[in-house]
Amino acid sequence: MGRHPMPAVNLLEVRGVSKRYGAVVALRSASLTVAAGEVHALLGANGAGKSTLVKILTGVIRPDAGTIEMSGRPVRFASPASAPRAGLAAVFQDPSLVPDLTVRQNLRLTGADPAGVRRWLAAMDLGVDEDDLAGDLPLPLLRILDLARALAREPRLLILDEITAALPADLVERVFHVIRRWRAQGRSVLFISHRLVEVRTICDRATVLRDGADVGTLVLAERAEQQIVALMLGPMAASPEALRPAGPGAGTRPDAAVRDRAGGASAAPLLLEARGLAVSGALRGVSLSLRAGEIVGVAALEGQGQDALFDCLAGNRRADAGEIRVAGRTLAPRTPYDAIRAGVVLVPADRVHALLPQRSVRENIALPLYNRAARWGPIDLRDEGARAGAAIARLAIDTRAQRQVRRMSGGNQQKVVVARWLAAGFRVMLCFDPTRGIDVGTKRQIHRLLRDLAAAGAAVLLFTSELPEIPLVCDRVLALYEGRVVRELPARAADEATLLRVVHGLAREEPPG
Amino acid sequence: MTGPPAPGAAGRRPIAALRAVRRSAWTVAIVGLLGALLAVEKLVHPTLNVFDMQSLVDGALPLCLAAMAQTAVVLSGGIDLSVGPMMSLVNVVSALLMTHATNGQAVLIALGLMAVAAAAGALTGAVIVATGVPDIIVTLATGFVWGGLALHIMPIPGGAAPAGFAALMTGELGSVPSGLVVILAALAILWEPVHRSPAGLALYAVGSNRAAAYLSGVAVGRARVTAYAMGGAFAALGGFALTASTTNGNAAAGTSYTLTSVAATVLGGVSLAGGRGGMIGPVAAALLLTLINTLLTFEGVDPNFSLVVQGAIVVLVVMVAGLVLVRRRGA
Amino acid sequence: MTPYTATGRPEVRWPAARRALADRPALTLGGILVLLLAATDAVSPGFVTPHQLSTTLLYAAPLGALAAGQTLAMLTGGIDLSVSATATAAAYLIAGLGARGTAQAVAVALALGLAVGMTNGVGIGVCRVQPLIMTLGMAGVLGGALTLASLTFTNGVPVVPDAVHQLGSGTVLGYLPLDTLVWAPLAIALLAGLARSGLGRAIYAVGDNPLACRLAGIRVWQVLLLTYVLGGVLSAIAGILLVGYTNAADLNLATPYLLQSVAAVVIGGTSILGGSGGYGGTILGALILTVLDSLLTILNVSQAGKQMLYGAIVLGLAWIYARAAPAE
Repeated sequence: MGRHPMPAVNLLEVRGVSKRYGAVVALRSASLTVAAGEVHALLGANGAGKSTLVKILTGVIRPDAGTIEMSGRPVRFASPASAPRAGLAAVFQDPSLVPDLTVRQNLRLTGADPAGVRRWLAAMDLGVDEDDLAGDLPLPLLRILDLARALAREPRLLILDEITAALPADLVERVFHVIRRWRAQGRSVLFISHRLVEVRTICDRATVLRDGADVGTLVLAERAEQQIVALMLGPMAASPEALRPAGPGAGTRPDAAVRDRAGGASAAPLLLEARGLAVSGALRGVSLSLRAGEIVGVAALEGQGQDALFDCLAGNRRADAGEIRVAGRTLAPRTPYDAIRAGVVLVPADRVHALLPQRSVRENIALPLYNRAARWGPIDLRDEGARAGAAIARLAIDTRAQRQVRRMSGGNQQKVVVARWLAAGFRVMLCFDPTRGIDVGTKRQIHRLLRDLAAAGAAVLLFTSELPEIPLVCDRVLALYEGRVVRELPARAADEATLLRVVHGLAREEPPG
Repeated sequence: MTGPPAPGAAGRRPIAALRAVRRSAWTVAIVGLLGALLAVEKLVHPTLNVFDMQSLVDGALPLCLAAMAQTAVVLSGGIDLSVGPMMSLVNVVSALLMTHATNGQAVLIALGLMAVAAAAGALTGAVIVATGVPDIIVTLATGFVWGGLALHIMPIPGGAAPAGFAALMTGELGSVPSGLVVILAALAILWEPVHRSPAGLALYAVGSNRAAAYLSGVAVGRARVTAYAMGGAFAALGGFALTASTTNGNAAAGTSYTLTSVAATVLGGVSLAGGRGGMIGPVAAALLLTLINTLLTFEGVDPNFSLVVQGAIVVLVVMVAGLVLVRRRGA
Repeated sequence: MTPYTATGRPEVRWPAARRALADRPALTLGGILVLLLAATDAVSPGFVTPHQLSTTLLYAAPLGALAAGQTLAMLTGGIDLSVSATATAAAYLIAGLGARGTAQAVAVALALGLAVGMTNGVGIGVCRVQPLIMTLGMAGVLGGALTLASLTFTNGVPVVPDAVHQLGSGTVLGYLPLDTLVWAPLAIALLAGLARSGLGRAIYAVGDNPLACRLAGIRVWQVLLLTYVLGGVLSAIAGILLVGYTNAADLNLATPYLLQSVAAVVIGGTSILGGSGGYGGTILGALILTVLDSLLTILNVSQAGKQMLYGAIVLGLAWIYARAAPAE
């Protein structure tokens, strides 16, 4: 624990909590103190044990050892139903509303006070038709409903697990507004997020977990990010050298040099062109073009049509109108297979959608090699091994848990998804938020890999929910708003303030071309 | 009765009623189809009483009850492949116990057996919850246990049922087929109280999205056990229907009802993924399937052939429904 | 991030058995088989003789073939409840058409398996019908059709061709059953195919995560179609071997094999949820069930008793495997 002065009253006191799944230690020994009237951040890289600690605090799983105290009294949770009785309420990472029940029935299911929920929704300037099925509501609204339901219980400690991950920026602001009100009433929040900027904005103190144990608690002041990152990475990984991919020729170029290359791509051949792509209710005529060696960013708030855009290009969804050309040839993909054959591959938003959890790393990487009936015969094991091995080495995938990818950390799983396309080969890679929810070290590796791929002649279309990534990785950026490209900028000009303005539909300009 | 009940002021706005119809469109269609088919038959064969409600309901009663048993489980996200064998077992045991019983004793025996069957269902549910073994495997296995037990108790058909008890299930009460009364009573006494209670909401919630229900603080295990217990009770009623209609016990009597109960459930608009549907649809679908059978038999088609037709209808309907869904998703 | 587990899993008891099954299923199952053989030999001295072992193989082959189709279906996350109806139908065709020539009868029987598998495959792969419903419905259609057919067959005399009868009951080199000679190459092809062919990889992948397959360019419907077609043909082969053994077809010829096929797969450690397991375990499962059947017969257990015991065994083993799976 950090040696910072503790506030007088400790609401939550967690000491030496541990949890293991068979041979895998998820949590070694975690301690955490949340004071009354404090917003406390819980931080850590992927696999550090945040999720496990949250699950223990909310009664989803039971710890092997350690104690939890609320206001000095030891508590023990048998199931999620028992946590609220101790004055604890949580908003989980996955929506906990039942899709086939109406909102009203969902509230009744948990015994929530509908009037209280309505009050909190009103506090966030939102309303909802309570006779709507929860399954018909958009994801951000579901998260907000989850939050309102938790708040309506009037808990002493509110646990928010990645609540902002699926929210557009304006909703995040409203959530923060509510959190501040909450704190002003002397109640506490445990706030879990990957977004350090948000943590600095809203939290008072932060506890950092690494490798299943707490490594420090600090009071958040200006410029605390550097300190947090250092704590999260630990002494071994703190130097940038250690983060470079191990593959041949990889990571030898500093980022600055990479960005200088951006202007030189205009002469390269066009790999992907889209003209007037439209999907009812999502896309209203999007045109874009990618040249070889180029990384084009897509910046957008939640739900501006980026999902439909990527799905259409990847063949996972058919556009109502518009044309796609790959290296000059028209492509009208009916399935992802058609797009993949043309060299357009997708790294989807959710790696759970892309992985075979029970199969090995090698089988996961080799999967696209067997995507046509002509390849259903005997496997050339040597060729498969060589391709998979090379991809593993290039991405520096930690293969300790390689027998089943579900046992790997989130960052490693994401690398496996990317490695798949290195092994299979491609011309255009569509990356949808590839760094969401993964740790800083892996993020940097993926950034470098994308630059390397572009340098080798591929084109990359990158949507990212973290705007600071765009000037770091991209050459150009398209801002998507309400299903249209509202602005195109060179990445160098795309600082966070500018991007924030354009993704909100401000500073609108006609798209070029 | 389709979908969980919405408490409070439904129909506050005109849209609410429309929305209710849209959400249970499939049930409305099935009931409509049943009505249309009955009407057409009345028109074509005005003098025939083969198609009157009495014989239709008598013939359909075991299937209706089997479908209700299956529906209770499917709504909670499970599947019960032991419905048929459970009906056989109840049929055999009741026929054995009722051989020399008076009508009053028979009713008492029936009530006792229903409690036992509900307990057996609860046990199945508890095994599924406690072991984490998929429903299909557990109920396939328990189905074989029940079937084996039935065969052990009564290797060749035998036993009997008192006439009064038989009439209670397959006769007429006033001018209403008593089978219909049995179904309505089962719905009113067994299903609705649970359906309208928090336990019923939990049952739907668990079927709809188990993880979300768990995170919402629903006792997932209890809800699933409840569903299987309800299934057991309905299956027992189905077993009595067999006993009443044949007035004897036969260890093979219920065998075919596993398949047909699933068929009626699916045709009745209950989502096999759980959480969506109600009891009316499957009962209507069971009547519809029986009616089609009766019609074919009456038209001189071999009864075995109508079995093929029945199976083919189910396969075709699910395939077409699937295809429509796929196309809609693709578009 | 891992999704939240829906239920709190109870603490694991029997850690040794659990780990043994999880890490070395083949070894554990082999050990159980040897134990069963020893037990049978103890109950009925002289059971473990070349002759009896040969008979065991003879009995196991039809089940092994039937359970092969079941294994494939379950690896893709489905189930095939039409295997026994398909086998019975194939057996019926062999007996009914036997008089017209062996080759023709066998060809028609295999074609029936293909057609049934194709229908299942189209329903499950293209129309996305739940495998349980599709194959249960298919079993219903086949059952009704067989009842109809049995009425017409009574006119002629059903004859099982001699060659089929030999195949289903004869031996070569003294002890090697002929049907084992059919089963062994099938088994080798399946084992090799699942481990080292693109289709094998695709089958496991579809069972593990169909959406991931789609995004990787695998057309899931093609994999499912081929899986159920293979299952249909394997079931037909099982029916041919079975009718060769009994030398006569009846309406319930393969009915008891339905649960047994599922039991063999479950005992062998293939998860019904798909994506893990294999045919090797199923082979051992089929052998274990066959020896167990001999033991129960020697102990004079009735058919009803056997049925209950198999149900209990399936339940028990599925439980142990469920516990052996990692807690996440």
